[in-house]
Amino acid sequence: MQNTAPQETTETQKAGIIQMIGVHKWYGEFHVLKDINLLVDQGERIVICGPSGSGKSTLIRCINRLEEHQQGQIIVDSVELTSDLKHIEQIRREVGMCFQHFNLFPHLTVLENLTLAPIWVRKVPKAEAEEIGMKYLERVKIPDQAQKFPGQLSGGQQQRVAIARSLCMNPNIMLFDEPTSALDPEMIKEVLDTMIELAETGMTMICVTHEMGFAKTVANRVIFMDEGQIVEENEPNEFFDNPQHERTKLFLSQILAH
Amino acid sequence: MSDQADKAGTTVAKPPPWNDPFVRSIFFQVVAIGLLGYFFYSIFDNTLSNMAKSGVSTGFAFLTREAGFGILMSLIEYDETHTYGRTFFVGLLNTAIVAFCGIILATILGFVIGIARLSNNWLVSKLATVYIEIIRNIPLLLQIIFWSVAVLQALPDPQNSIKYGESFFLNNRGLFLPKPIFEDGFGLVTIAFLVAIAAIVYIKRWARQRQEQSGDQFPVFLTSVALITGLPLLVFLAMGMPISWEYSALERFSFVGGSNIIPEFMALLWALTMYTAAFIAEIVRSGIQAVSHGQTEAARALGLRNGPTLRLVIIPQAMRVIIPPLTSQYLNLTKNSSLATAIGYPDLVSVFMGTTLNQTGQAVEIVAMTMAVYLTFSLGISAIMNWYNKRVALVER
Repeated sequence: MQNTAPQETTETQKAGIIQMIGVHKWYGEFHVLKDINLLVDQGERIVICGPSGSGKSTLIRCINRLEEHQQGQIIVDSVELTSDLKHIEQIRREVGMCFQHFNLFPHLTVLENLTLAPIWVRKVPKAEAEEIGMKYLERVKIPDQAQKFPGQLSGGQQQRVAIARSLCMNPNIMLFDEPTSALDPEMIKEVLDTMIELAETGMTMICVTHEMGFAKTVANRVIFMDEGQIVEENEPNEFFDNPQHERTKLFLSQILAH
Repeated sequence: MSDQADKAGTTVAKPPPWNDPFVRSIFFQVVAIGLLGYFFYSIFDNTLSNMAKSGVSTGFAFLTREAGFGILMSLIEYDETHTYGRTFFVGLLNTAIVAFCGIILATILGFVIGIARLSNNWLVSKLATVYIEIIRNIPLLLQIIFWSVAVLQALPDPQNSIKYGESFFLNNRGLFLPKPIFEDGFGLVTIAFLVAIAAIVYIKRWARQRQEQSGDQFPVFLTSVALITGLPLLVFLAMGMPISWEYSALERFSFVGGSNIIPEFMALLWALTMYTAAFIAEIVRSGIQAVSHGQTEAARALGLRNGPTLRLVIIPQAMRVIIPPLTSQYLNLTKNSSLATAIGYPDLVSVFMGTTLNQTGQAVEIVAMTMAVYLTFSLGISAIMNWYNKRVALVER
């Protein structure tokens, strides 16, 4: 990471590492994403919120093509996402993703979870992959769990392993799909702390979450989605203190009520 | 709670014995064992006294007597002059060979059809579905008789055989193929084959070490295939092809020489394979579907392609769901092979429990021996599969 990062930043300091232009998506008859236009700059940290079913997960899953869009353009790191497998592979190598339910591989040890992709996708020697793996395990503060299986860890630990697993691929962009929604309250903090530390390294992050405290401390921009559209986007303080749209106000009042 | 803690040392008051759950459970278990013991004793006693009344001798002496009947197919040397004991082994081996071949073929066919059923290709998945729904919903006995009577017996007679060149003949007496006769120098080909296997083991280890050091992947599988076929072939050619074939030839009404696979064997093996494969296909499909879609997504998000995703993430997890019901299917196939009797394939039940039992009348001994064989086969298969299952099991907590 250290030796490649400086060159890459000079190369890609251009704006718009992710560009979504007029993106539409349908699930059968259901129109999930309606005319999404989103520009994300290198190093930007974006939080997406909105009621369930508003299309926020679908939106970030389009960025690494876990979902296909049917209309519009998505350009990630100057590669356009089409059905071209080469492009998809190239983008998936550069984009890390963490899921709500962690999706660790239960039949592999924690360290094997971390080294799988570097070995098979990046063709890194095993010893080196393990070194990288341990480095990131230390960064998420669980190096002592390396030889355990995911089933033996707590939820918070599992999500931190999942974050470390993505980082081992040395991504430019990290996507988080409700990373703390499946966690017990006392474990949310340890995962958020890890994400805040990651943000401090200058990683480009897009995070679907309802953790408003996290949004306030970390995000450059908060995006509110409803019924497949981006309703409002603003920098966090403006967004929370002075929401413009009725639907945003309603949503904020509902999640901040208790 | 605190009351009891204060009175530590004093014992809890005992209920009367007829209300004590411990005493009750002992009592009922003793009664159950007693009844069971009496049941078996009375059966045993009854059998012995009946046999004594009708003058049937007991014991295994009949096994050394001459059998005096021929058997259609035998893997070991056998003719009418051999003993009843020999008929037991002939039948046992015939059962074993059909079960062994059936398990291997059904596994391959089942995995292929199971994966085909999950294919994104509409035609492929529908064909697999149609296969499964037809085959598994028709009784196996009917299928065995179908292949035997409707297909293989309907083949032409030897004079009008279906020929493949002048070496393979298919007719209603079975499939006739050339028999290899090994000449001097063939030993070297065998040695070359063994050398190839050793080389593959070495290359596999070398490739892993190289991967660990440099990260480069080596096409181990393709190299292995090339080695295991190429090396023996090269030696074979270099030695001047030290093998000759004994061809089957038509003499009057039937074929002489060469090797022959009898139609009863083909029909039974084919029916067992197809039938069991349909069940295995469903087991494989359910096993793969039991792995949550999140696993595929996580692998894809990391940049893994479809092949490695299936091989490194999905299959290892699917196997632990697949193995226990797969074991049952192997057991079913082995036991179902006893339906061979219906088409006259000389398996253990047909030869030993059929002809031998009829000729000797030693029902108890013969039935017991036959049951013991199936029990041994089944427990053996279970043991192997349980061992494998333990190896692929997940560690949780």
